[in-house]
Amino acid sequence: MLRLMLQMNSIRPIARGPLFGVPCLHKQYPFPFSVASPVMSMKAFRRLLLLGLIPLSGCHSVLMSPSGDLALQQRNLIIDSLILMLLIVVPVILMALLFAWHYRASNKKAHYDPEWSHSTMLELLIWSAPLLIIIALGALTWVSAHKLDPFRPLDRLAAGKPVPVDAKPLEVDVVALDWKWLFIYPEQNMAVVNELAAPVDRPIRFRITASSVMNSFFIPAMAGQIYAMPGMVTELHAVINKPGEFDGFSANFSGDGFNHMTFVFHGLSDDDFAQWVQKVKAGGGELSRDEYVKLAQPSEQVPVHYYEGVAPGLFMAILGNCVPAGSTCVDNRAAGTAVEEGAMNSGHDSNGTAAMPMATTQ
Amino acid sequence: MSLHPDLTQLIFGRLTWHEILPEPIVVGTFIVVALGGLALLAVITYFKLWGYLWREWFTSIDHKKIGVMYIILGLVMLLRGFSDAIMMRAQQAISFGHNVGYLPPDHYDQIFTAHGVIMIFFVAMPLVTGMMNFVMPLQIGARDVAFPFLNNFSFWMTVSGAVLVMMSLFVGEFARTGWLAYPPLSGIVSSPDAGVDYYIWALQIAGVGTLLSGVNLLTTIIKMRAPGMTLMRMPVFTWTALCTNVLIVAAFPVLTVALAMLALDRYAGTNFFTTVLGGNAMMYVNLIWIWGHPEVYILILPAFGIFSEVTATFSQKRLFGYASMVYATVVITVLSYLVWLHHFFTMGSGASVNSFFGITTMIISIPTGAKIFNWLFTMFRGRITFEVPMLWTVGFIVTFAIGGMTGVLLAVPPADFSLHNSLFLIAHFHNVIIGGVLFGLFAGINYWFPKAFGFKLDPFWGKCSFWFWLIGFYFAFMPLYVLGLMGVTRRLSHFDDPSLQIWFELAAFGAFLILLGIFSMLIQFAVSFMRREQLRDKTGDPWNGRTLEWSTSSPPPKYNFAFTPLVHDIDAWWQMKQHRYQRPLGGFRSIHMPKNTGAGIIMAGFATVFGFAMIWYMWPLAIISFVALLATAIGHTFNYQRDYYLPTEEVAQAEASRTELLAHV
Repeated sequence: MLRLMLQMNSIRPIARGPLFGVPCLHKQYPFPFSVASPVMSMKAFRRLLLLGLIPLSGCHSVLMSPSGDLALQQRNLIIDSLILMLLIVVPVILMALLFAWHYRASNKKAHYDPEWSHSTMLELLIWSAPLLIIIALGALTWVSAHKLDPFRPLDRLAAGKPVPVDAKPLEVDVVALDWKWLFIYPEQNMAVVNELAAPVDRPIRFRITASSVMNSFFIPAMAGQIYAMPGMVTELHAVINKPGEFDGFSANFSGDGFNHMTFVFHGLSDDDFAQWVQKVKAGGGELSRDEYVKLAQPSEQVPVHYYEGVAPGLFMAILGNCVPAGSTCVDNRAAGTAVEEGAMNSGHDSNGTAAMPMATTQ
Repeated sequence: MSLHPDLTQLIFGRLTWHEILPEPIVVGTFIVVALGGLALLAVITYFKLWGYLWREWFTSIDHKKIGVMYIILGLVMLLRGFSDAIMMRAQQAISFGHNVGYLPPDHYDQIFTAHGVIMIFFVAMPLVTGMMNFVMPLQIGARDVAFPFLNNFSFWMTVSGAVLVMMSLFVGEFARTGWLAYPPLSGIVSSPDAGVDYYIWALQIAGVGTLLSGVNLLTTIIKMRAPGMTLMRMPVFTWTALCTNVLIVAAFPVLTVALAMLALDRYAGTNFFTTVLGGNAMMYVNLIWIWGHPEVYILILPAFGIFSEVTATFSQKRLFGYASMVYATVVITVLSYLVWLHHFFTMGSGASVNSFFGITTMIISIPTGAKIFNWLFTMFRGRITFEVPMLWTVGFIVTFAIGGMTGVLLAVPPADFSLHNSLFLIAHFHNVIIGGVLFGLFAGINYWFPKAFGFKLDPFWGKCSFWFWLIGFYFAFMPLYVLGLMGVTRRLSHFDDPSLQIWFELAAFGAFLILLGIFSMLIQFAVSFMRREQLRDKTGDPWNGRTLEWSTSSPPPKYNFAFTPLVHDIDAWWQMKQHRYQRPLGGFRSIHMPKNTGAGIIMAGFATVFGFAMIWYMWPLAIISFVALLATAIGHTFNYQRDYYLPTEEVAQAEASRTELLAHV
């Protein structure tokens, strides 16, 4: 499959050569005929195919060369679906051009039959060909939508690498604010603005909400996006497989400061992650409820900020719209859970609808 | 003299001098628009055209003239919507690193919102409605639509909405929320200014027009077909018009309700879509897409109909698989209500819900695919002449196949998690809306123009327009597919990664080519008007057509058909020609006709004032204008002189002059 070729090629990069001066393209994939061989070898042929898929394989195309297992499976799904559909789209385009050319009025050799307008065989074919493709694609959809459901706890870290039985996912509570990201680490009892870090190859469980308007939490290198919505909680289970710095941002327009809803996501080794936690815990004050209310005021281009501690129950209070002292939570249960954090943590049904107002959670 | 502040506020609401012309770019735009407008008014006055325009066009209840006016409205608004597009392309092409471009975010946000709203509601919708208005009654052998006055009123209500959107350029500002105005962003807390109110009232007023026009055209198709035209003998364009109007009638009330609830949240402090007191913003998202997805098919189905007519005509051959074409259209109509959730897979519905909506979406591609094959097999064994409408059609088939494929890809939920809201999505829907709807409408304009005006459009400039648009489209949107795969999201006005810039520059170049395409089309209209004698269509049937509209003169007389035609075949006119049909030359009778009325434009004028007053909280004015609107409507019901009989002599005279014209062919 083409996907396989993509992977093979990135494992064994061959001679480099500039390509049409277009940035990005020349870095990974050389011109197909740069191989010093008189005949076009199989390798060259693969590269020729890749050249056609340059948009899909360019080095900056983060979706096509991801670093997290979930994003990788989504990438593979995109390529598989495209191949499946090209089976019918390519013939259609060729037929359109061929028929248009062959049956042009000036071509007197072409057969003309003004009354021919029905053929049961053809009709059967033109309905069943797309049908077959859609049956295949529908099956792929059903399976993949369940397997890659963001609410579903991971069962593997990478291909052939199941999640260890005793592995406990890293918990991160995400709040989209106007216009910055707040990441609360309940285990570590700390919070960070506009920076996120996680150890490589450890499952992460994000719980995501927003303070005022809708945003979408997206780290393309790691996994697909999921909306961050006020009064509602969504989840994302993901893992990062390679150390590095990755872009994270909001993928849903949220107002005038939207351009700057960005953050850096660090994939770190266990040791580096421990050090990073130390750094965060080294100062920066506590994220009290009052401090949160101040932070939630609209602001743009907010620098990274660390909080060494977090007021208990803050995330649930944000969800219940009751952070300021004395305010009433939108839902009584939210008030209750705000005290005993964890009611939300247990027993979430991965198949159920999850982005629901607080009033119907559980 | 200065008014008491309270009184000023009562009269002018929250409108202050500060709101008028706040930005330099807007002042420039205003000067250009104002000068252009003044020049137009001066020309009309100089040539003493006001009376003519009022009598023959503005108050006309003739479906043909209303159709033409709809199309003019759509083309004028296309210029505005495209100005927004090219401003965005320019901003994104230069705004990298330290260069912040020339548009601050709050201005850029208005532009992309206005672009979407205008292109869908005030370009695509008027063009589609205009096309159905003009063509459909002629195709079914009717003399007008079922409710001619309502038709005029619907048109002016659409104009009223467009006027409000244009006003927001100069008085206050437009919404900065994206074209669907999701709350909470569009709520009063996050968007306290008048922008979202402009959005709400423009769409509500235009929506009245759209809904009434839907009722009107639907009734016309059901009740007014010529004898012999059973449902399965209707031309395919009429079939698509039928399905589209069913969709309009069923979908637009949902939009009205959703916007009314949003308006209540903003004006009356209700909590339908807020975060507190049981409100839920996702309810709005659901409602707006329950309207929004059928809306996509409201636009594309008539375009499919146009392609069917054009392909059969220019292949000089029967449409392949008429029945399967009809069933495909009906299946799409039904399925279009079962897919709305695919616009927000990423809002966290469960996997099973997402899969259901993903798969229903894919199923739509089966009838759509069948349609494409039907067009291909219509060309097969045909004798194709590549007149301009046929060029658009071939361009469409190739382009739409790509857009359909990326659409089905986006229907796979996990793929959508990566691609949702990315420029890949932007590329996809422009791929189907430009490559499908707009190409279809341009094909239709070139195809039916001689019917409307009596002369063909100049083919040279038509071909220029086609090639600029086609190549421009690929330059403008293929880079966006690439950028989407690079993880670039939509609605950003600034970028940091310099490696993206080349793609945005390519896209901007594409937009420039499209600009040339639009210019070519305007030149095409002007050149055709000047060369109208050479391009004259005396036969009424310039393309050797197949359906009844081609049996009339070009332009048709105001009564369309002196005698109601009898239909024996799907391609009624083709069959009549095959059987050496003889035009009746005598025996004419007087014809019952509706009378022109100014009530529609006056009521829509009051609606505009009402909308403006609501936007700016001018409560007394709002009440006065609304009462005036109702009073005019009631007053109009007492107008008993709504119809007249066109005398036999006039009919005979009109038919005789056609006989003479035909003799000189």
